[in-house]
Amino acid sequence: MKRRNFLVAGLGAFLAGCNEIGKSDWFGKVVDGAQGWHRGLHRALGGGRIPMAPEYTRADLSPYFRGNGSLTVDTDAYRAAEAEGFANWRLAVGGLVNNPGVLSMDDIRALPQRTQITRHDCVEGWSAIGEWTGPQLSQILEAAGVQPEANYIVFRCADNLNGSDYYESCDMDDAFHPQTIIAHELNGESLPVRNGAPLRLRIERQLGYKHAKYLTGIDAVASLDDIEGGNGGYWEDRGYQWYAGI
Amino acid sequence: MTKPKKRHALSTRLWHWINVISVIVLFMSGLNISNAHRRLYWGDSGFAPEQAWLEVPRFPGWATIPDYYSLAAARDWHVVFSLVFGFSLLAFLVLALVNGHLKRDIFARAREWKPSNIWRDIREHLKFNFDHGEGKYNILQKIAYASVILVLIPLMIFTGMVMSPGMEAAWPWLTEVFGGRQSARSIHFLAAWGLFAFFVVHVLLVLASGPIKQIRDMITGGREP
Repeated sequence: MKRRNFLVAGLGAFLAGCNEIGKSDWFGKVVDGAQGWHRGLHRALGGGRIPMAPEYTRADLSPYFRGNGSLTVDTDAYRAAEAEGFANWRLAVGGLVNNPGVLSMDDIRALPQRTQITRHDCVEGWSAIGEWTGPQLSQILEAAGVQPEANYIVFRCADNLNGSDYYESCDMDDAFHPQTIIAHELNGESLPVRNGAPLRLRIERQLGYKHAKYLTGIDAVASLDDIEGGNGGYWEDRGYQWYAGI
Repeated sequence: MTKPKKRHALSTRLWHWINVISVIVLFMSGLNISNAHRRLYWGDSGFAPEQAWLEVPRFPGWATIPDYYSLAAARDWHVVFSLVFGFSLLAFLVLALVNGHLKRDIFARAREWKPSNIWRDIREHLKFNFDHGEGKYNILQKIAYASVILVLIPLMIFTGMVMSPGMEAAWPWLTEVFGGRQSARSIHFLAAWGLFAFFVVHVLLVLASGPIKQIRDMITGGREP
């Protein structure tokens, strides 16, 4: 009995210690460092080529594509937009760019399109395969003329989750990656509402929470510090890693 | 006069104690991560109950790091200690090849593989006699250590790498080796319980074979018998 009490007390102390360490500032710095190491290894092990996420065939498509997080946008404006088939949806492009502007759905469909069958990996652990179509983000950014001081691209979203606006961000490496697209179609049809209609980001080398849905705007910025919680994304502000390639 | 030879090399001892920490942290934070999605699948994809081959139980707080459900915090622990785990294995393997530990102590000789020898070893274990067999370790120990060092731990590391989408973009062939990301995730889970089983048996056998001397030798190095 004594030995059992000793083990229980030991486990309790160990868990309490882990909780304390987990909340400390220095452990946060260690995690940031580890994140950088993973990212550096992922890029270095690519062997000089541009590391690409695997692409699949139509035979691999998931029977349906699960929605997660926000499954719709709970505003009258969004419901009105949905009623008219998102014909008047606009994507603003701004921040540190030479030619800020607003893209209509027709503008987005008029750009050269990329179709890719890729696997979506949720941070929770599940995966779904879907076929996405849309212009590469790089084309939109090249047309806008990103200024040299810009270090990140921020994605603004229409959805509000638990009282905060959803948003995301990525570095220029991922922003200009060939598989990073602004998707308006899933499996050959207009994007369903649960998957982010009418526009969502596909950023294939990272986990699902990076793939911002219900896109309303794209901003080039120098720093993420002054945006929302300052960590570069809705889930990042709630403790998740900014580099979601791990 | 030459120094008396140590029973355990410094690299072995360091790796052993680093592993004590990293395996416990990775296992317990892994159980927390498992709670985020408790179904396992084979192949590339899967998310629905009808696609799953196994629904695992929810692991209680006392078995997880942190001791409450937090996918974000558990991933922080996992992301840090996966690097410790992976690079310490790499360093250990290089040193164990250089200092001859693998060849001398871990790999079995042909005659040790004789069924009669294995059978004798099993009988001695059942009699709680652990001081037998040629060399430092007996055949059952060699099989156990080699399976952990060369199979289970590398499986954990490589299936973990497959599950990182950024890593997968660099080494897409590794995903193929395991038959898809969800297969790798299932194997990661199974191998983790394999390591847990080793951990339990290992601790029990240390307790049964003179724990004070065993632990002291793993700290100080001890002396070659």
